[in-house]
Amino acid sequence: MRLTVQHESIYRYDKPVRGVVQSHRLTPARFDGQQVETWEVRVSGGQQGGEFRDGAGDWVQGWTIPGPISKITVTVSGTIQTSDLAGVLRGHRELVAPAVYLRDTLPTVPDIALSDLAASASGADGLALAHALAAAVGEAIAYRPGVTHAHTTAAEALALGEGVCQDHAHALIACARLRGMPARYVSGYLHSDSDGQGHEAAHAWAEVHVEGLGWVGFDPANRCCPDERYIRLGSGLDARDAAPIRGIARGNGAEHLDVMVAVVAQQQ
Amino acid sequence: MLSRTADNLYWLARYMERAETAARFLEVGGRIALLPNVGQGNRNEWDALLLAAGTADAFKRRYGDAVQRNLESHLFFDHDNPFSVANCITRARENGRIVRTALTTQVWDALNTSFQELRALERLPRSELTLTRLTDWTMRATALVRGAIDATQLRNDGYDFLNIGYHLERADNTARLLDVKYYVLLPRIDLVGSGLDNYQWTTLLRALSVHRAFHWAYGGEVTAAKIAHFLTLNRQCPRALISCIEGANHHLDRLARGYGRSTPAQGAVRSLLAELAETNTELIFDEGLHEFLTRFIRDVSTLGMRIGDSYLSGDQR
Amino acid sequence: MSKFFNEMFQSDAVRPPYARLEDWVATMPTELRSLKQAEAEELFRRIGITFAVYGEGGDPDRLIPFDMFPRVFSALEWHRLERGIKQRARALNAFLADVYGRAEIIKAGRIPGHLVWRNDAFEKAVVGITPPKGVYSHIVGIDLVRTGPDDFFVLEDNCRTPSGVSYMLENREIMMRMFPELFHRNRIEPVENYPALLRRTLASVAPAKCDREPCVVILTPGHFNSAYYEHSFLADLMGVELVEGQDLFVEGEFVWMRTTEGPRRVDVIYRRVDDAYLDPLCFRPDSMLGVPGLMDIYRAGGVSICSAPGAGVADDKAVYTYVPDMVRFYLGEEPILKNVPTWQCARPDELKYVQENLGELVVKEVHGSGGYGMLVGPMATKEQIAAFRAKITADPDNYIAQPTLALSTVPTFVDQGVAPRHVDLRPYCLVGERIELVPGGLTRVALTEGSLVVNSSQGGGVKDTWVLAE
Repeated sequence: MRLTVQHESIYRYDKPVRGVVQSHRLTPARFDGQQVETWEVRVSGGQQGGEFRDGAGDWVQGWTIPGPISKITVTVSGTIQTSDLAGVLRGHRELVAPAVYLRDTLPTVPDIALSDLAASASGADGLALAHALAAAVGEAIAYRPGVTHAHTTAAEALALGEGVCQDHAHALIACARLRGMPARYVSGYLHSDSDGQGHEAAHAWAEVHVEGLGWVGFDPANRCCPDERYIRLGSGLDARDAAPIRGIARGNGAEHLDVMVAVVAQQQ
Repeated sequence: MLSRTADNLYWLARYMERAETAARFLEVGGRIALLPNVGQGNRNEWDALLLAAGTADAFKRRYGDAVQRNLESHLFFDHDNPFSVANCITRARENGRIVRTALTTQVWDALNTSFQELRALERLPRSELTLTRLTDWTMRATALVRGAIDATQLRNDGYDFLNIGYHLERADNTARLLDVKYYVLLPRIDLVGSGLDNYQWTTLLRALSVHRAFHWAYGGEVTAAKIAHFLTLNRQCPRALISCIEGANHHLDRLARGYGRSTPAQGAVRSLLAELAETNTELIFDEGLHEFLTRFIRDVSTLGMRIGDSYLSGDQR
Repeated sequence: MSKFFNEMFQSDAVRPPYARLEDWVATMPTELRSLKQAEAEELFRRIGITFAVYGEGGDPDRLIPFDMFPRVFSALEWHRLERGIKQRARALNAFLADVYGRAEIIKAGRIPGHLVWRNDAFEKAVVGITPPKGVYSHIVGIDLVRTGPDDFFVLEDNCRTPSGVSYMLENREIMMRMFPELFHRNRIEPVENYPALLRRTLASVAPAKCDREPCVVILTPGHFNSAYYEHSFLADLMGVELVEGQDLFVEGEFVWMRTTEGPRRVDVIYRRVDDAYLDPLCFRPDSMLGVPGLMDIYRAGGVSICSAPGAGVADDKAVYTYVPDMVRFYLGEEPILKNVPTWQCARPDELKYVQENLGELVVKEVHGSGGYGMLVGPMATKEQIAAFRAKITADPDNYIAQPTLALSTVPTFVDQGVAPRHVDLRPYCLVGERIELVPGGLTRVALTEGSLVVNSSQGGGVKDTWVLAE
């Protein structure tokens, strides 16, 4: 599939701030399932800092926006070729050992309900088990926007029985780690067909490390594995660690964020 | 030099000067209280002092009546009063501690000793502490630090920031002290030039430790015009507004030369100095001394902000 | 006859390094001694006054008791120690470069992966990033104890920001002021160039993007930190700025310092701030001590951070066990310095041994420091041992055990005259373009008779440490 992405984040501050620092993972890294044709990240009034590929294989860019400033626009535009690898992250260059992703962070700390959920799944091998875990999470947490927030933990979302892609991903990560499988959070974009379920184009899912196969993506929210509709941006231990944009403003203006994302399939 | 270091030095100096002024306020107040009641009584004069120190509201909330003991508590001991001697000495010492290596041993020793002595004073029963003891101690402590700075600090940019702090605070404080006298102690025009008024003027000069200097400089009758001239425009008087602004100008000039560039702070101090140099007491009285002083206090505060933006915040490019 | 090795007296003969001290003590009148002791304390206050916080409620952390009797090494003894320390410092750095790179030592099965990957000190964010000159730990503090003429053991490694070097410098300063004649009679290697060497070491690891004399700074958590004294002491002696997080900011590809002359580029940050607080954008988001965006600049090669974030994974007490293997694996050499045999309570068989022999062992927390949370079996009461046994059973992974070492003693001034007291040693090895070790270190002494705990928080003091010139 050939997808074009138009992604705009507008940060507004009610009082001008003295300066803003951001760290971006907004440029897709190359692997067998995705090849960038053109890609550009722009930041209004921003000065680009260092850029590098980190140990997890993600492309990181630092930006500074000198103040005083009350509005910042981050624009991502690009075209990318994708293909369906049934979720397998083949040909991705990375150095971080999978075992590092056995560590829990605050949003993925398991409770009894998560442990029960993890124990309920079974599979003949690692891959089957991962599929079973993803299915169990999809069953246990219904997709419903608005009930959870950015800091909701996996345990809280499971207790609610509802949540969004971030909650599904956290819950699957917690369950996989409970079963001794390294797991991580992935942020990216999703192209929804005209008959799509209305998921936002900015999306998140999880990857589970399967012995002998490597990292495999699972999207419990959509009950599938990432295919050619998915664009992978970056990964981390949890949503914060994998965030496409992390930023800090110096000053005490309250921040308001508007995001617009469009992922469109091109005629081939 | 780190902006934060410069900021600490600048405030160290401002707090030491402010401690001295607080003690002077106490002294003026104490002496005025010895006078017979004028108008609404001497409570009114204390109110004026508190007004000038900018702490009248806080005082009322906390103590209510302006009786001497409360005033001593407020102006000397009260750590919640930003203007009190105790608070100023503590803050000065804290600023000094952070930039310990930018100070000579002598300066730190003087500063730290003041702080330790202050704590000892705070532990004494109040019955043993006369107003004179408190004010004398403060004058001595602040003079020791000032002397150690002058005698031992390297003449680098740090020395300039210390001196800028001293001069700005002193300019502000002299203007405020003068304003107390003019603004409140002259409720009725017919009192000007009377014996009582003379006594009050003299008290003010005494509090500024310049009453003998005044007589040397002018001789004869004490008049409002002479005092106003002495404290605003006479370069011989170390506390005159013009002396303070000249001092600030001198040290800002040194910074500009040393750093090889000027900032808005130099512009601000120069225009303030030019205005003082060109005015005279007649013009000041035409404008109204109170109006003139209010404007001056505001200008000094603006100058302080320019200095902050240009050197101390580290935000300037 | 004591079972402890006395570094001065052996079978009533004086060992050669101490030869010229016998007279000194013997001829020192008691009054002079107490006079000198008072003078030393006064000097400490005076020098300490320069930096320390005194009169702030209790008393200064600075005034750790100072013992005037020096601890002495011969040139030969030191030579061997030096080789061992440098070897260990190289191996530790090679290990760090490896685990943040291809992790060959784990692939080769020489160290279990989980000790590294699941270690809290392991920083995922720096995997694949090679710091300048490949150095991760620039100041390696290696804690050593001695049990015999040629027997030195490493107690632990400190790869992050080992503290205490200000004592080494001050102790020497005090001794030279008080007993100049001792320095005429003994040829003692100087330590006072340590700050200059440290500065040179830090400058040598400036990033490749730095095309001028590198700007080095020390980053402190602030003046309320208990080690602020040492931070400002070092900054002053090195002639570099002592900065807090708020003094630094990132812009473009670099880190800048806020000065009265405008922004000034910073090339090397000697940080005395923990990893977690370095950059709220990368680590703890609530940190007020760090510099937002610092890690991105670091990872893109715009600034050097010493020690490198993540260096702590090499000085973990569980990883410690494998340092001799590191020496063999990376350097192809036999380790010159020995490790103390260590039982991992995480391993069931070793846990069993530990539980059965608590009375003879020293038990430590894996991540503990400062002598806290530690059991010294032979000195402990039955109740203390029972309490500790319960703690270990509850969380075995958190504990290691070692035999109680017969720490050497050095003569020490006590009320009754001079008596042997147990000591350890922390030398400071500098790793940059070159590896340097000043001849000396911090000798800590357990002032209580019979005590084996040298930590200042538990009645320990310090001594000047001499290395004699050949």
